[in-house]
Amino acid sequence: MEEHNESTGVPGAGISTSAVEILVSLIFLLIGGIVVFDSFRLGASWSSDGPQAGYFPFYIGFIICVASLVILGQTLFGKSGRSGKVFVEWSALKQVLSVLLPAAVYVVGIQLFGIYLASAVYIAAFMIWLGNYSWFKSIALGVAVSITGFLTFEIWFQVPLYKGVFDPLGFLGY
Amino acid sequence: MRIQRAFSRGVMPLLAVFGLSMAAPAAAWEPAKPVEFVIPAGTGGGADQMARLIQGIVVKHNLMKQSLIPINKSGGAGAEGFLDVKGSKGDPHKIIITLSNLFTTPLATGVPFGWKDLTPVAMLALDQFVLWVNAETPYKTATEYLDAVKKAGPNKFKMGGTGSKQEDQIITVAIEKAAGVKFTYVPFKGGGEVATQLVGKHIDSSVNNPIEAVAQWRAGKLRALCVFDDQRMPYKTKVTDTMSWNDIPTCKESGVPTDYVMLRGIFMSPGVSKDQVEFYVNLFKKVRETPEWKDFMEKGAFNQSFMTGQDYVKWVEKNEALHRDLMKEAGFLAKP
Amino acid sequence: MLEDINALFHGFAVALTPFNLLLMFIGVTLGVIIGVLPGLGGANGIAILLPLTFSMPPTSAIIMLSCIYWGALFGGAITSILFNIPGEPWSVATTFDGYPMAQQGRAGEALTGAFTSSFIGALFAVVMITFLAPLVARFALQFGPPEFFAVYFLTFCSFIGMGKEPPFKIMASMMLGFALAAVGIDTVTGQLRLIFGWHELMRGFDFLIAVIGLFGIGEILLSMEEGLSFSGSSAKIDPKIVLETWKKLPKYWLTSLRSCLIGCWLGITPGGATPASFMSYGVAKRISKDGAKFGSGQLEGVVAPETAAHAAGTSALLPMLSLGIPGSPTAAVLLGGLLIWGLQPGPLLFVEQKDFVWGLIASMYLGNIAGLVIVLTCVPLFAAILRVPFSIIAPIIIVICAIGAYTVHNAMLDIWFMLLFGVAGYVFKKLAYPLAPLVLALVLGDRAEDSFRQAMLIAQGDMRIFFSNWLVGSIMALGLVMLFWPLVSKLLASLRASKAPA
Repeated sequence: MEEHNESTGVPGAGISTSAVEILVSLIFLLIGGIVVFDSFRLGASWSSDGPQAGYFPFYIGFIICVASLVILGQTLFGKSGRSGKVFVEWSALKQVLSVLLPAAVYVVGIQLFGIYLASAVYIAAFMIWLGNYSWFKSIALGVAVSITGFLTFEIWFQVPLYKGVFDPLGFLGY
Repeated sequence: MRIQRAFSRGVMPLLAVFGLSMAAPAAAWEPAKPVEFVIPAGTGGGADQMARLIQGIVVKHNLMKQSLIPINKSGGAGAEGFLDVKGSKGDPHKIIITLSNLFTTPLATGVPFGWKDLTPVAMLALDQFVLWVNAETPYKTATEYLDAVKKAGPNKFKMGGTGSKQEDQIITVAIEKAAGVKFTYVPFKGGGEVATQLVGKHIDSSVNNPIEAVAQWRAGKLRALCVFDDQRMPYKTKVTDTMSWNDIPTCKESGVPTDYVMLRGIFMSPGVSKDQVEFYVNLFKKVRETPEWKDFMEKGAFNQSFMTGQDYVKWVEKNEALHRDLMKEAGFLAKP
Repeated sequence: MLEDINALFHGFAVALTPFNLLLMFIGVTLGVIIGVLPGLGGANGIAILLPLTFSMPPTSAIIMLSCIYWGALFGGAITSILFNIPGEPWSVATTFDGYPMAQQGRAGEALTGAFTSSFIGALFAVVMITFLAPLVARFALQFGPPEFFAVYFLTFCSFIGMGKEPPFKIMASMMLGFALAAVGIDTVTGQLRLIFGWHELMRGFDFLIAVIGLFGIGEILLSMEEGLSFSGSSAKIDPKIVLETWKKLPKYWLTSLRSCLIGCWLGITPGGATPASFMSYGVAKRISKDGAKFGSGQLEGVVAPETAAHAAGTSALLPMLSLGIPGSPTAAVLLGGLLIWGLQPGPLLFVEQKDFVWGLIASMYLGNIAGLVIVLTCVPLFAAILRVPFSIIAPIIIVICAIGAYTVHNAMLDIWFMLLFGVAGYVFKKLAYPLAPLVLALVLGDRAEDSFRQAMLIAQGDMRIFFSNWLVGSIMALGLVMLFWPLVSKLLASLRASKAPA
């Protein structure tokens, strides 16, 4: 994930499609394996009164494994012509990560400080760094969205949202 | 040093909170924020209806300053809801309504929780179970029906019920034991669905709660054979053209000595203070006095037992043991 | 029949008081808001407002609550079309063509098409409820587990094999959906599956979380590649778009009619609005002569699922009223409301509570008209949201997605899953793994499995139960025809070809 710094600026270069394809099919293979494994624990046969709890999961897992192996094989040995293709250029990946990583940080923020505070900060930060808006505008909008959310969910619809481990807004009494 | 400081910093405010709550005068505790009312079942079921009724009553009669917010946490046969309450130790703003899955789910799935992880508040009522058949079948009594089941041989008759290894299936196994028959038990997701499947003749009988089947009973689509309690239901107003709840014989009278009632009770988070429990006990006492509640009780033919404190704990204790025995006999216990 | 019409007019008189009309507008507006926010479904809205309605007469209360329901049905389409985020499960199929339309700058057209066909679907269903209620209720009773399985089978079959993606990827994606659907407790045996002692997983993977991630977050990541913008955001928005779209709609009358029928059927049985919208989209794609172009922004591809979803959503109220079984989670909460008001849903409701039932039915007509007026006037407004700069709207969408993911189960972990699904959605899209089969399998997977295994219990493992009567047999047969449709259509074509020269 961190190599995007090195080769930015070279147009056309990037992660190759086949590498991602292989990775994804391996993940599928893993998931399929897990499912098959668990279905044996549950009982994967057809008893006198129909299928057991693990019967369908077994075949689901099995098909996932088969499909992922075929895809893996096609990628490794096939003449799909994709192998040379680029999955994502470094510059584009940088763009994608510039949204994805802050989003991950945002979710950590929710976990720690609750949805309202994290959202206000996230929106403001996104606008400042990616949108080049003024600090004032960004913070104002971030806070406004959070307050609207608070009014809508906590007060109007009475749906309590996540307050975070530290619950910094606990003094509000919600 | 640093650890010690962090420790004292963490604990001091906690102690202060405790000190405060202890210093507060008795029964003066009141919720300071909206109270989450956890329902360990899906929307539309019996527990859900009751919880939402209570919410409505609380609003209508202004019984509480803060609002009561029902939240369904039905995952894992209700385990999600119980684990949530178990995990919010000392949080007085969280209560849970229970059904039998308080006992059955941990036994059947091995998910670690039990009533001892919660603080008992009050028993609101006990829900009855009735043996129902389609009205177009010739069976007039439980005996007639079970004789027919016996005659047909094992697994020929289908008993529908809610969930697997939960109350409906426990009752089914109890009937099987008492009458020496064998049903095919078909689990469905909700009680209303079971009643409809019975009207549509996709199953042969059900052990629905009164409130789940009453509409079809009144319309003459279903027939009530017996109630699984040691005495008849007390409601004598005619529900159908000819019968009241009181006219349904007990299963014991009909020669099938089985009884089972389901808890509709309230628990709250562990580690709460006495005042806090007291507040909710009083709240539910007030709820029980409202005409809406009484009406609901009669419509659903509930057994209106109300218990709090030690009585309630004893009842729960006894019933946990009972469920353990029943489920052990039926082979429903989770494999370790 | 005449009596029914009389009763209906009496119902209009009941519903048409100024107070009730006001409630109707409030209800629809609230409903639209609820429909727009993913995670906050019609069921939430109704459940939350239910207690507030206890101080009103039952008829007024149910009018307001059912109008929230209509509003939510309308509202679900908005985010699907604008941001590829389905606000409600039944609007997933709307994204398939609605979002491409918005990208082409035709958001106004897509929204108008969606709202109008929703209205037509609902109207069709209400008319059916008005005149055929008793008959239809009896039909619903015919559906036992084997019939339900047949319906799900038909839904899968009408949808499968449509994609142009590599077949093994379709398979992998669909099976992943099934696997996710299996996580949690197994209805039939009560065993926990695929949990591995991780209790947080017990609640399973809700389809909404997957959809918010795969479609919503995934789409934002894809947009990021091309820089900071949503394509098509600069489209001109003209109020006249409504009239222009209306001119185009009549030629899809056959699609509409078919979707109405599919919707009503699944609403009554109660299969629900979600399978209805998928099935209707699948069938329309098969049968329409523009079928090959579906997915690239066809108006017809918006009309089909929206009509069916709304028809199903509306007709789902019928089994609730006449049988006491809710056709959807929302209906289940309404059912609870009826009980609290002392109304006993069931066969006798139509006899004992005439005022209430016909007031409700009349409010279905009026509520939908009110809904249509409200949402159509707002079309330019909704479409204008797309003109908000990306770096403002994107974080707000992510915030709304996070809130939506949280509210489904009140679970923090679900927000993490949403993010994970977002990455998966991005990667899948780039590698040509189709998302639709995954979502469909996730929605219907456990229900299909449950009904299959219930049927097997009933039949003691005898597969012939799926052809044991005309109803289940014909649905299964229809499913098989759909499954082998490519073969069937080839066969038909060759027959035609061989006839032509003769």
